[in-house]
Amino acid sequence: MEFSELIRTGRAEALLLPGPGQSPVRGTLCITSHHLLLSAGHGSPSDLWLLLRNVDAVEKRAAGNSGTITLKCKDLNVLQLEIEGLEETLDIAGSIEALSSLESVTTSYPFFYRPQSLKLGDAEDLHPPDHFYQQVALETNGWRLSTVNRDFYVCASYPTALVVPRGIGDEVLARSARFRQGGRFPVLCYYHSINGTVMLRSSQPLQGANRRRCAEDEELLKAALAQGGGRGLVLDTRSAQAVKQARITGGGTEAKAAYPGWKRLHRPLERGRPLQDSFVRLVEACTDPSLSMDRWLSRLDGCRWLTHVKEALTTACLAAQGMDREGVCILVHGAEGTDATLLVTSLTQLILDPKCRTLRGFQSLLEREWIQAGHPFQQRCAHSAYAQGRPKHEAPIFLLFLDCVWQLSRQFPLSLEFGEGMLLALFEHAYASPFGTFLCNSEKERYLCEVKTKTHSLWSSLNQSKERKRLCNPIYSPNPLALWPSVEPQSLQLWAGLFLRWTRPPEPAQEAWEQLWKIVTEKEVADPL
Amino acid sequence: MDRTSSKKPALGTLYLTASHVIFVENVPETRKETWILHSEISSIEKQATTAGGCPLLIRCKNFQVLRLVVPQERDCQDVYISLLRLARPVKYEELFCFSFNPKLDKEEREQGWTLVDLREEYKRMGVPNSYWHLSDVNRDYRVCDSYPTDVYVPRSATAHIIMGSSKFRSRRRFPALSYYCKDTNASICRSSQPLSGFSARCLEDEQMLQAIRRANPGSDFMYVVDTRPKLNAMANRAAGKGYENEDNYANIKFQFIGIENIHVMRSSLQKMLEVCELRSPSMSDFLWGLENSGWLKHIKAILDAGVFIAKAVAEEGTSILVHCSDGWDRTAQVCSVASLLLDPYYRTLKGFMVLIEKDWISFGHKFHHRYGHLDGDPKEISPVIDQFLECVWQLTEQFPCAFEFNERFLVHMQHHIYSCQFGTFLCNNQKERRELRIQERTHSLWAHLWKNRADYLNPLFRADHSQARGTLRPPTSPCNFMYKFWSGMYNRFERGMQPRQSVTDYLMAVKEETQQLEEELQVLEERLEKIHKIPLSYKPGKREPSAPQSKRPGLSASTPSVGNPAADSSGLLKSSPSLSRSQGDDDSALILTQENLKSSDPDLSANSDQESGVEDLSCRSPSGGECLPSEDSGKDPDPDEAVFLTA
Repeated sequence: MEFSELIRTGRAEALLLPGPGQSPVRGTLCITSHHLLLSAGHGSPSDLWLLLRNVDAVEKRAAGNSGTITLKCKDLNVLQLEIEGLEETLDIAGSIEALSSLESVTTSYPFFYRPQSLKLGDAEDLHPPDHFYQQVALETNGWRLSTVNRDFYVCASYPTALVVPRGIGDEVLARSARFRQGGRFPVLCYYHSINGTVMLRSSQPLQGANRRRCAEDEELLKAALAQGGGRGLVLDTRSAQAVKQARITGGGTEAKAAYPGWKRLHRPLERGRPLQDSFVRLVEACTDPSLSMDRWLSRLDGCRWLTHVKEALTTACLAAQGMDREGVCILVHGAEGTDATLLVTSLTQLILDPKCRTLRGFQSLLEREWIQAGHPFQQRCAHSAYAQGRPKHEAPIFLLFLDCVWQLSRQFPLSLEFGEGMLLALFEHAYASPFGTFLCNSEKERYLCEVKTKTHSLWSSLNQSKERKRLCNPIYSPNPLALWPSVEPQSLQLWAGLFLRWTRPPEPAQEAWEQLWKIVTEKEVADPL
Repeated sequence: MDRTSSKKPALGTLYLTASHVIFVENVPETRKETWILHSEISSIEKQATTAGGCPLLIRCKNFQVLRLVVPQERDCQDVYISLLRLARPVKYEELFCFSFNPKLDKEEREQGWTLVDLREEYKRMGVPNSYWHLSDVNRDYRVCDSYPTDVYVPRSATAHIIMGSSKFRSRRRFPALSYYCKDTNASICRSSQPLSGFSARCLEDEQMLQAIRRANPGSDFMYVVDTRPKLNAMANRAAGKGYENEDNYANIKFQFIGIENIHVMRSSLQKMLEVCELRSPSMSDFLWGLENSGWLKHIKAILDAGVFIAKAVAEEGTSILVHCSDGWDRTAQVCSVASLLLDPYYRTLKGFMVLIEKDWISFGHKFHHRYGHLDGDPKEISPVIDQFLECVWQLTEQFPCAFEFNERFLVHMQHHIYSCQFGTFLCNNQKERRELRIQERTHSLWAHLWKNRADYLNPLFRADHSQARGTLRPPTSPCNFMYKFWSGMYNRFERGMQPRQSVTDYLMAVKEETQQLEEELQVLEERLEKIHKIPLSYKPGKREPSAPQSKRPGLSASTPSVGNPAADSSGLLKSSPSLSRSQGDDDSALILTQENLKSSDPDLSANSDQESGVEDLSCRSPSGGECLPSEDSGKDPDPDEAVFLTA
């Protein structure tokens, strides 16, 4: 496919209307295969470089001999361009629409992006697949690394290396996988070294209406329980009613009789379409100029977003409390086990494990619990809040996770090594990125597209020292304890830095951040030791 | 006695003293104490007796709620009756400030009262000048008994005009200067409503407004802002009061702002506090309840009015007269918000005290009535200044580097407005305070806050910052999102709901440490210089015996290259082992004490999740030791952070 076929007009004179606290830019607008460039000439700092993949929706309006294009971006920014010439306007809008919605992974920008400061493949050693197992092996001998999925045959959405109870052979895993949706059999995702309890995740068992059982699956969970202290809790992220319905279509949950020692708890978490709607409504409310103060809070409530944040944090606290206080093992799953499940398992680790709260540790957590664990980023983040038309597989579950992390960082401002800048960067890159890290839906797809050898890793970009001031929390001081957040409504706030990022003037928050750095740097200068 | 807080009950003993209610917990190691001043109690409720005892609910004006269960019904009744009386003093002499003695001598106490000087403040604004002067028309409160004796008016306004105008204004509160803007010559004046009824006029009042407008020669008109909703103002006309008719006053632009009256505000706060007290509310319960209370809408209305005035003064260079009904509630709110937006001085610690003194205390805001210092009409009570403090907090959230003071300053000020521990907020006006000889018999809060100012500083504040210089401009539309629930005020005793680590305290500790290090560096540099100045006695390789007295003998040992003027002091720092040890000591002094609140109770249902990484950085008392025990006890690491449902 040739990009040039899609570019109907490559050039036009245009004016970028200013956002809050900015000045307008007039110059030449250029469409390339992956970017929109608006340059005032001489490489001025106000030049606009927009990754076309970032465009969520294009609106065009004609007026006489010129037109206006409104670009609504996935990072929630809204850009307005006035373009000279009616035909140019329509052509440019058409080109942007076509180029921003290309489906093919291998023609996406990460396969062309070659920054000079980075080398291809330099992130390969950052998060090796067996890294997690090595960590666990330092603590206990009860678990082993299985390569039963080395060719992605047993489970298409799992990575090749998985941690399972030592006594369980690969053939048992393969049989358990056949009893689980998408082959996602229970695997270890967190070992709580303080008391040896463990957290596992999986997809739903294929119980069906006639309540099938699977001896190998039961054996696997029994072995896991034996390693983790004897008592277990299945945290089903769906309501009991939803499980009942799932049984009709072949799904279900663990029957108490079949899994002795395991109790079950339903904590319904929103996902899929309703979550996407919630996101869309929230962004609408945040940018609605006609909304009066009388109705702002009920509108905020109507979006349900903060309710979802509260529920996600509550569920994660519950899992963490169970492990840390009650000494029970936790198995988390919903239906597919690729969305709400990962939200809970990753948040729980952030609450309990100080290692996850460092810059590297957090990256490692994301790599393990989201990317390698098979969260379908490509489907979930195909569109953001502005896209028109019916969403297919989109759902901002990863954004919900980032929001929960932000709430944690607000309540424990000293305990995370990374700052809001890191969370914002992750949000942007999950939806549109020059890096390959969030491409595709699973390790298998990434392997087939050769993502790791043909694109750059986001992590090596973020770990460059020039990014430190933007991403790191200057007042971080390691905290060995668990972080128990308050989930009272009074304690949870709208994430202004993300949802209001483009509607409020950015200077005050920026100045505060700079001042924070300044104070800490001054101390470092005064104290060279 | 039994105290059942919302999370975790504690057994203890309740003491009633002449000034305080004290609850001491029975836990032998901590014996945690909760002190409450009688004047802080807003309501006492005795509930139906249960098997466990007789429940008693004490609500405080600083939003603390104490739930007690007294085993004996009769004891409970006695406590209830005693508290009812103690919480409703009828004479000023019963208030704590008349017995409070912070061990200062007479001189110190008198100095405290001179800390905030309004004549100095008007001088700072540039008044008196050729247009404005200090009038003695209200000497001995002859014209208006709720105004101060010092009143600034246009030079061209004669005593005759002022007297005439005052007769045409509610409670004779004639237009007087609140803020003068040097850069534009525009001014903010304040008054009460005119007694215009449906058609009455007053020539002197019209001349008074003319005089104010002419005192700003750059502008050919002035605004008159009525902060009430139009309907309320029109209703007042029937009672012979009302608002200015644009036809009768030359060159005025008249504007309603629409801030509700004290009764609406009182019930709004009541509704919001009910929401705060909900047990485990859902997000919807909370957000709907908050919206239905209307509280944030009212806060926004006040700030919007301030923004309007600040814009008129700073950008249009137009003078403004602000009034409401009596000109002591909404007018005070709006004038002080506008001043705060206009003038960076009021965003400093000292300037903020001056602002409260100017627009609230001196202009006769009725502290006694509004905050119920003595037993009185409950319909007079209303959170007027609370709303102003919240407006300020909302601005500090918007502009984190623009204010010299921090949230704690606002919270403590709110506390003392009700506590009656200091004389500053006593009575309804200057005249009453003079008659009671408040300055001779009580202490000033300003001196107390100033003495403890280190606790109230915002580490992010930068005087030279773009936010701090000039006018603050909050975004206009859409800006609903900027109004947040202030949980640090209304839920401040629910420690678990607050951020568990304080950025402010951390940064202040870092800054303090930096300063210490810099001082040390300076000492070293000075000594290095001295060493250079003694070239004659200097011999290479030999220790310098005449080197200045050194606390750290390691220093001279580590400076063999003293003859080299290029030897920089940071190199010295590095090469001095004794110094590094001493710095290590400094570090350890500042090392954050990690409160490991690990519970021995592994039971999930006990909600014992107190392992949260609380790093209590504040080794300092926040508000000057014994003066404020209830606040201090709040600083104790409170382990009941359980917040989520158990399985």
